Amino acid sequence: MKYASEFRDAGLARKLAATIAAECEPGRDYAFMEFCGGHTHTIARYGLASMLPAAVRLIHGPGCPVCVLPVGRIDSAIALARDHGATLCTYGDMMRVPGSQRTSLMKAKAAGADIRMVWSTLDALKIAREAPDREVVFFAIGFETTTAPTALAIRMAKAENLGNFSVFCNHVLTPAAMRAILDGDSLRLDGIVGPGHASAVIGIAPYREFAERGQAIVVAGFEPLDLLQAVLMLIRQVNAGRAMVENAYARALPTDGNPKARAAIAETMAVRDGFEWRGLGWLASSALGIRDAFRDFDAEARFALPYVSVPDPKSCACAEVVRGLKRPSECALFGRGCSPEAPVGSCMVSNEGACAAHWLYGRHRAAEVA
Amino acid sequence: MCLAIPALVVELLPNGMGRASVGGVEKVVSLALVDGVVVGDYVLLHVGFALSRIDPAEAEATLALVREIGELGEFAGGVTS
Repeated sequence: MKYASEFRDAGLARKLAATIAAECEPGRDYAFMEFCGGHTHTIARYGLASMLPAAVRLIHGPGCPVCVLPVGRIDSAIALARDHGATLCTYGDMMRVPGSQRTSLMKAKAAGADIRMVWSTLDALKIAREAPDREVVFFAIGFETTTAPTALAIRMAKAENLGNFSVFCNHVLTPAAMRAILDGDSLRLDGIVGPGHASAVIGIAPYREFAERGQAIVVAGFEPLDLLQAVLMLIRQVNAGRAMVENAYARALPTDGNPKARAAIAETMAVRDGFEWRGLGWLASSALGIRDAFRDFDAEARFALPYVSVPDPKSCACAEVVRGLKRPSECALFGRGCSPEAPVGSCMVSNEGACAAHWLYGRHRAAEVA
Repeated sequence: MCLAIPALVVELLPNGMGRASVGGVEKVVSLALVDGVVVGDYVLLHVGFALSRIDPAEAEATLALVREIGELGEFAGGVTS
């Protein structure tokens, strides 16, 4: 695939890794968080951690929307389909995430609820158009990348007067999660690999506040060379005593992001007072809800959906994993009762979850080293 | 979830829509968020929506930079294979 395979060149990756090793200052270590779960998977899939010198530690961050959605929100989605009789359209990643009492959208579907996996909000709109007698709800989750397509769907539904379509809005904000990571706990970070695709919407300016707090920030693409280049740029910033925001993904990421996407989001959604995140807890001004002007398309209003907070399953370390405080292998349940086929926590389910990445690509490698 | 992939625009359709090829598989997608897309452009595609246009010159510039950095690594004697 053009613009992907060129950035997977193994020879170039080895050379980049060698440059990284050569530029690490003796006696110094470097702790960088890759914010985005997509980056975590690239790192695991291509074995990048094992190419880097021991002095460079990559710590996975909270940038996995499926992982950070708390159990209570999944319960609400299940209730929409099961108790309110709605047709619930969801991205595939959500299907196997456990709700409370070991329910899931998959199990609710098997029990007869009308739950459909969709590739796009465009598919959800189509389902609503074709079944005017059904209430069709789109289960919207994700950071800014995924928010823009939801915003456009709301706008299209209003323009078409699609009265049977609504959105269960759970969109969250990248800078709020980053702020929570830097504010909390005792995690020492020297820099952050910024999320390339969320930034394609919000641009790189929102990260300046983190550079001002001493973090080197390099926004990166998702191929192995992108990640290695970002690590090298971070090391160079740290060595030079600099902390600034750099864009290493210029081929796809205009520095200003996408103003049209931001306008669509601002038109249809407003920042909520607060929102509960798995792992990060209740964060003020960290998520979006649907604006009053589009209230007819807000599933929470239409179905008078209450939010009931539910604790994570016992022994599940997703909360610590999301905050970068535990590696997946440090969870008591990893591979012992929690696997992608029978997940306990969300980090084992998602294509971007740190536990799923370690399960798919890392555990055998770790066993060999041990 | 935030995964987005390069897709080749092969046809423009009415209402800001288009047909795009993702590794040979064609999909109807929304081009409404990116101005001035023409057939032959590569766009960054996410859940059915183009979020940006991929800039061939920037892609080449990044690869050139990475090759240059790689040569530095070789010079540093770090490459063993």
